[in-house]
Amino acid sequence: MTVAQEMLDVTVHRGTSRGAQYDSFQVPAHESQTVLDVVSWIQQFADPTLSYRFACRVGMCGSCAMMVNGTPRWTCRTHVNKVAADGKLMIEPLRNLPVIKDLAADMDPFFDKWTAAEGHHHPSQTRHDPIVPIDPTDAARAEADLGVECINCAICYAACDTVAGNPDYLGPAALQRAWTLLNDSRDDGHAGILDAVSGSGGCHNCHSMGSCAQYCPNELNPMRAIAGLKRETAKSFFKGKRNA
Amino acid sequence: MLDLRLYMLQRLSALVMAPLVLGHLAVMIYAIQGGLSTAEILGRTQGSALWFAFYGLFVIAVSIHAAIGVRVIVHEWLALRGAALSLLTWGACAGLLFLGLSAVFAVTVQ
Repeated sequence: MTVAQEMLDVTVHRGTSRGAQYDSFQVPAHESQTVLDVVSWIQQFADPTLSYRFACRVGMCGSCAMMVNGTPRWTCRTHVNKVAADGKLMIEPLRNLPVIKDLAADMDPFFDKWTAAEGHHHPSQTRHDPIVPIDPTDAARAEADLGVECINCAICYAACDTVAGNPDYLGPAALQRAWTLLNDSRDDGHAGILDAVSGSGGCHNCHSMGSCAQYCPNELNPMRAIAGLKRETAKSFFKGKRNA
Repeated sequence: MLDLRLYMLQRLSALVMAPLVLGHLAVMIYAIQGGLSTAEILGRTQGSALWFAFYGLFVIAVSIHAAIGVRVIVHEWLALRGAALSLLTWGACAGLLFLGLSAVFAVTVQ
């Protein structure tokens, strides 16, 4: 006796920012199947022209992030049965970013904002200086540690309604990186960071809606980091630095 | 769209407004007890430097606070930006100042 193969009803975004449509696929359902498995099945067995992005498949690289039934997720770490009990899946590229093709979002604006927020290390010493020990119990170090697990997957950026309404806003990931560096005793760019996050697209645009913290797969809290930046820039305002 | 300066202006104006809102509500509740007439209210407010300062400051704080709030909403929901957004911000501030201060002058000065 044969058991009828259960099928998933999958709708996939096709096209670019200039024009798109949705294609439907019937995909065989399996136990412990991830959404990335579903996308890969479509590309390998139904339509080889489907474009998408992935690398590690174990939740370390962040490159497979997509919108799954309207929610930003790492597709490699999302089991189908957790998000589509009725067997229906809608898979789209990450929100708030241009689309290169199909499910591959253009990450350029995301990383441009990371740079604009001074999200890179500003060395305070040279390689010839002795290594300064870091006290892990120091309050600033503990605050910096809260954000270091960010892998730039842009889930928070796609989840952020402020980014959706205000495209110039730097977004949660870049601002969290700025906050991490601001609390890192090895970083020498504090004034520049405060300046970078105080401009017209800076941390003050955040409405504290909390989608970033809600959807971050690493359970980080960019909203807390942004609140910290607001505090520090406000302090600098009272010290007479009108643009932080 | 909302830089540090505008953010601080909106927060500081809110700080000014908070006690004034409470004072305004208290006055409203007090004023309608026992059916105060318009003439009786005007009799107490006209020529009063205290009420002029109270509501004058209130109007200035509201005009700043609301204009920045409207700026944010219009930018995020209607995608207005650049010079048009600045014009709207200043226009909202000027309009609220004009209407509010007209009322303050009418009630406390004449």
